[in-house]
Amino acid sequence: MSWVRAVVTEIWGLFVDDGWFALSILVWLGVGWGLPRFDLPPALACAVFAGGLVVLLAVSVVGRAGQRG
Amino acid sequence: MSGLWVHAGPTALAAFLACLVEAVEALTVILAVGTMRGWRDALLGSGAAVVVLGGLVAALGPALMTVPLGVLQIAVGALLLLFGLRWLRKAILRAAGVLKLHDEAAVFHAEQRRLAQVARATAWDTVAFATCFQITMLEGAEVVFIVLGVGAGNAMLLRSASLGALASLVLVVIAGAAVHRPLSRIPENALKFVVGVLLSAFGTFWFGEGAGLAWPGADWSLGGLIAVYLAVALIGVRACVSRRAHVGVMA
Repeated sequence: MSWVRAVVTEIWGLFVDDGWFALSILVWLGVGWGLPRFDLPPALACAVFAGGLVVLLAVSVVGRAGQRG
Repeated sequence: MSGLWVHAGPTALAAFLACLVEAVEALTVILAVGTMRGWRDALLGSGAAVVVLGGLVAALGPALMTVPLGVLQIAVGALLLLFGLRWLRKAILRAAGVLKLHDEAAVFHAEQRRLAQVARATAWDTVAFATCFQITMLEGAEVVFIVLGVGAGNAMLLRSASLGALASLVLVVIAGAAVHRPLSRIPENALKFVVGVLLSAFGTFWFGEGAGLAWPGADWSLGGLIAVYLAVALIGVRACVSRRAHVGVMA
C-alpha cells in the first residue's frame, strides 16, 4: 500500500504547500461562491473576490519572508 | 467570438510554458537514467507513461464535456487557484531569495549518484524503467491537469491548450536529443512565475464565472486579472526582499 500513499502524497503536494495558505484560499472561495447572493454591484463583487485572493497571496509571501530559515 | 480568441492566446501560452517547465524537469531525470543505465529501458518507461497518460486524456476529456459548465468552472477554478497560487507563491519566494532556486544540474547529478548505487539486472533494468515511468507520469499528470484546467471552457480552448503543450513537448524533446544535458539554462523560476500568474488569473476567472459573478468586460477581464496578479507578484518580490533584510538586521 506504500505506493498508494506515495501517489496520494504527490497529488496532495500539487495543490497544498503551505496548509494555512491552501485553507485560507478554500475559505475565500466559499465567500466568493456566496458573493452573488449579496446585493452588491457586480463590479464590486468581482473586485472583492479577486482582491481577497491577491491579499491572501501577499500576506502569505510576506509572512514567509519574515520567518527565519 | 472575439472573447473566445481573448482566451485562446493566454490558454495556449499557459499550457506551453507550464508544459515547458514540467518537460524540462522530466527530461533531467530521464537523461540521468539514460546516461547511467542505458536508453532502452529509460525510453520504454517514459513511453509507457505517455501511453497511460494518453488513455487518461482520451477518457477524461470527453467525460468533462458532459459535466454542466457551471459545476466544471467551479471545480476547475478552485483547483487552478490552489495549484496556480501555490506555484506563484513559491516563485515569488524563490525570486526574493527566501527559497532556493531549482537547479536542474544538481538534480541531474544527484539522480546519477543515486542510480550508481543501485545494482543493475542483466536483461531488464526495472530501476531505469520505473524511474522514467514515475517521473513521466508525475510531470505528465501535472501537464494533463493544466491542459484540462485552462481549456475547460470549450473545445476550442482545449485544442489551444493541447497545441501549446504539444509544441513545448516537441521543443524539449528536440533540445534534449540535441544537447544530451539537462536544460539548466532555461530560466525555470521565471517561467514558473509567469505560469503561476496565468493559472491564478484563469482560476479566479473560471471560479467567478461558475459562482455567478458578472466580470466587467466579460472575457476581456481575464487580461485585467493577469495584469493585477503580475503587478502584485512583482511588488511581492520587492516586499519579501525588504522584509528579509529587515529580519536579518533584527537577528
